[in-house]
Amino acid sequence: MKPRHLKFLAGGLVVAGALGYLIFGGLQETLVYFVTPTELREQGDSAVGRALRVGGMVEPGSIQWDPRTLQLNFRLSDGVAAVAVQHRGVPPDLFAEGRGAVVEGTVTAKGVFQASQILAKHSEEYRPPREGEGKAALRERFKSLLKEQPGS
Amino acid sequence: MASRSSRLMLPLGLAAGAALLAGLYVGLVRAPADAMQGEVQRIMYLHVPTVLVAYLAFFVVLVGSVAYLLTRRERWDILAHASAEIGVLFTVLTIAAGAIWGKPTWGAWWTWDARLTTTAILLLIYIGYLMLRAAVEDQARGARYAAVVGILGFLDIPIIHKSVEWWRTLHQPSSLARGALDPVFYPPLALNLMAFALLYAFLLAQRVELGNLEAEVLRRRLEE
Repeated sequence: MKPRHLKFLAGGLVVAGALGYLIFGGLQETLVYFVTPTELREQGDSAVGRALRVGGMVEPGSIQWDPRTLQLNFRLSDGVAAVAVQHRGVPPDLFAEGRGAVVEGTVTAKGVFQASQILAKHSEEYRPPREGEGKAALRERFKSLLKEQPGS
Repeated sequence: MASRSSRLMLPLGLAAGAALLAGLYVGLVRAPADAMQGEVQRIMYLHVPTVLVAYLAFFVVLVGSVAYLLTRRERWDILAHASAEIGVLFTVLTIAAGAIWGKPTWGAWWTWDARLTTTAILLLIYIGYLMLRAAVEDQARGARYAAVVGILGFLDIPIIHKSVEWWRTLHQPSSLARGALDPVFYPPLALNLMAFALLYAFLLAQRVELGNLEAEVLRRRLEE
């Protein structure tokens, strides 16, 4: 093998090794985008004060929303553990009970999660609205009303 | 040579333009809105075709780069270079459309999850590819270095594709791969995909012709 080829082979191996490490080593550890409420519970007091993301389902019946103060309280659950979340602000449109959400913020000493940002996590499913369903259906009906108007 | 490709250029451009207009109409007017997201889901008809065409463009860079290293024929290098530029354009469009979609649905323009981060890396790799080409004085040497980047850079695409399965992300898994897209959305999506593929073909043909002219100018200068 010519030394020139050897050089390329060595370079290629270094790049492949670095990519492999990024994928299966380094990124695996650092690219944990959010922890689950169960993992948060396992971390105990060591989680207090650190910047964190927690992901889970918004527990049905847990949302308390005061539109005057913009104070939003709810519980985020993974079916095993749940964490109480407090946030001041308006959540995104897709935020709702029984749906996925990721919250950014810190855990206080009391064990409450103070969220600086609420992110709605939606599923990969897309389908048209069924008969009489949702805002989209209302708009469709509105369109049909317009069409039925005489002279238009 | 030039006249033959110019004759093809006009019908290709017209076909791309017509398909884009038809795609806009079908995507914005004919297709139903999503039950959960409402009208904003229509951004899918821009976001998904642009990213798939960007993948296609970088695949062409891969093919051109391999062929150039094997044959050292300039035409393969011109093809790879042209496709990389258009791939960067489509990646920027994908990220922009994704941000516009993310704000109303997720509540954020951007977040550093694995899908978005690996896509940002893709953009940086091919911007690096273009910068490398511009930075190396010697034409043949620049083409050789760029070809190596063009081959290795493509490795990021399977990582992007699998990112939503390997790591926890805010971005949802692939609707197409999981069959989670209602079949009613297939025709508008397919039409828009075809439209953007035609646009890619048109831009590529234009850019390759420009690359040929650039190479011709360089050759004549060297002869003087």
